[in-house]
Amino acid sequence: MRLLSLRQATIRHSGTPALEGVDFHIDKGEIVTILGPNGSGKSTLLRSLIGALPLSSGTLDRAPGLRIGYVPQKLHIDPTLPLTVRRFLSLPKRIPNAVAEAALDDVGLPDLGDHPMAGLSGGQFQRVLLARALLIRPDLLILDEATQGLDQPGSAAFYQKIEQVRADLGCAVLMVSHELHVVMAASDRVICLNGHVCCEGAPAQVASAPEYQALFGTGTHGTLALYRHEHDHSHDHDHGPGCDHGPAEHGHPQP
Amino acid sequence: MTLFDDFIVLAALAGIGVAIAAAPLGCFVVWRRMAYFGDATAHASILGVALALTFDTSILAGVLVTALLMAGTISALSDRGYAMDTLLGVMAHSALALGLVAVSFLRDVRVDLMAYLFGDILAVSLTDIAVVWIGAALVLVILWWRWSSLLTATLNPELARASGIAPHREQLVLTLALAIVVAVAIKVVGVLLITAMLLIPAATARTFSNTPERMAVMAALVGTLSVLGGLLMSFRLDTPTGPTIVAMGTGLFLGASLITFLRRSTS
Repeated sequence: MRLLSLRQATIRHSGTPALEGVDFHIDKGEIVTILGPNGSGKSTLLRSLIGALPLSSGTLDRAPGLRIGYVPQKLHIDPTLPLTVRRFLSLPKRIPNAVAEAALDDVGLPDLGDHPMAGLSGGQFQRVLLARALLIRPDLLILDEATQGLDQPGSAAFYQKIEQVRADLGCAVLMVSHELHVVMAASDRVICLNGHVCCEGAPAQVASAPEYQALFGTGTHGTLALYRHEHDHSHDHDHGPGCDHGPAEHGHPQP
Repeated sequence: MTLFDDFIVLAALAGIGVAIAAAPLGCFVVWRRMAYFGDATAHASILGVALALTFDTSILAGVLVTALLMAGTISALSDRGYAMDTLLGVMAHSALALGLVAVSFLRDVRVDLMAYLFGDILAVSLTDIAVVWIGAALVLVILWWRWSSLLTATLNPELARASGIAPHREQLVLTLALAIVVAVAIKVVGVLLITAMLLIPAATARTFSNTPERMAVMAALVGTLSVLGGLLMSFRLDTPTGPTIVAMGTGLFLGASLITFLRRSTS
């Protein structure tokens, strides 16, 4: 069943196109990963899919009654806003205590309900975000670089959890990721983005595509190139037109 | 009841009405970092006073309309990504200056400018109190109705979008509530100190709150305490009432800050 499809979509940020002529679709139960360098329009694509960015041209079709669970790249909570984990899970819809407890148990954070959101570690915070996104039993789970800031075991555990969620709920998963090895192992389909769709298909197929190799290099070298891209980039680099974050906002995985 | 009791009681009623409406709205102003936004809207209302006097309409209507226009303009501009800090500063003070200039043109009408700038809570009539409480009730109903959506949109616009909430609409709701509070609070604390009634109780309440709802209720309590304490102090010391109420709030805020500081240094 088709959940979402985008046809010939172009999105402009103050005149300059961030994405041009993008065709995209995702079906029930699929895990699709979007890859691409910084400023390639990955977040722009996700934001347009949840309806936060209007299309300059093209069409977006959503299955009627589609429930989307969204895990943002990061969530800044203003220190003046007091929010417990329990209260956060009840946004925007109030849920019974038992449901909240079960949701926290499910992501491996029991007894954390009364904890303030501000006091959580990076990994706990991402898991709470996931728990909230799962509360509505989504048809489509969207994760925007959800493991940013997690260490290797942390992100591996997180993706394992995603696999399990798909198995349990039968939902589709759409994620943006930098972690090539995870992508290769866990995705049904990979879309390589750089202002437009460079190439797409099964992970192995994409890895051997010349467009992909032009962006990320080849073989193990590709993995290294990707990591170099993630760790060693300059904070003052020029942002592409599709990149909507400031120069200081690059998260780094903390050792 | 003696005359004295009478006007103090009326003043307290008006002040508490404003405090209760300003509290939950003030929380949003703090959470969303809209302090300057509140200032600009409040300052613009002096222009509304001038217009109302010129066209001989009710002050309330004049203030409500200008406050709405100002808040709406700022909302629209901020969506387009102008440098908000500067823009708000320009608009807040221009509106105040223009309003003061406009009032000075009104030769036939004797206007007690001080009453609009700093409020005239001791001169409130029963009608004024009715207006304050109707306005306050309206603001509370609006916020109650939109509470969850407002909170989600405040937390993160994209998270709200994914849940089917339009952040833009929630911004409009807050804008409307702000205009109403400004319009009814002008008599009590005056345009220069309305933002204080929004910010100070909310900031004070943060210390004692672990959920947003609790913070709103605590802010209403702090606001009410400031009004009662301020009235009493101003009567004892013969000081201007509006500023004394705000000064009282500042005292409570300092107390709360001290508690926060002590908690941090002991834990």
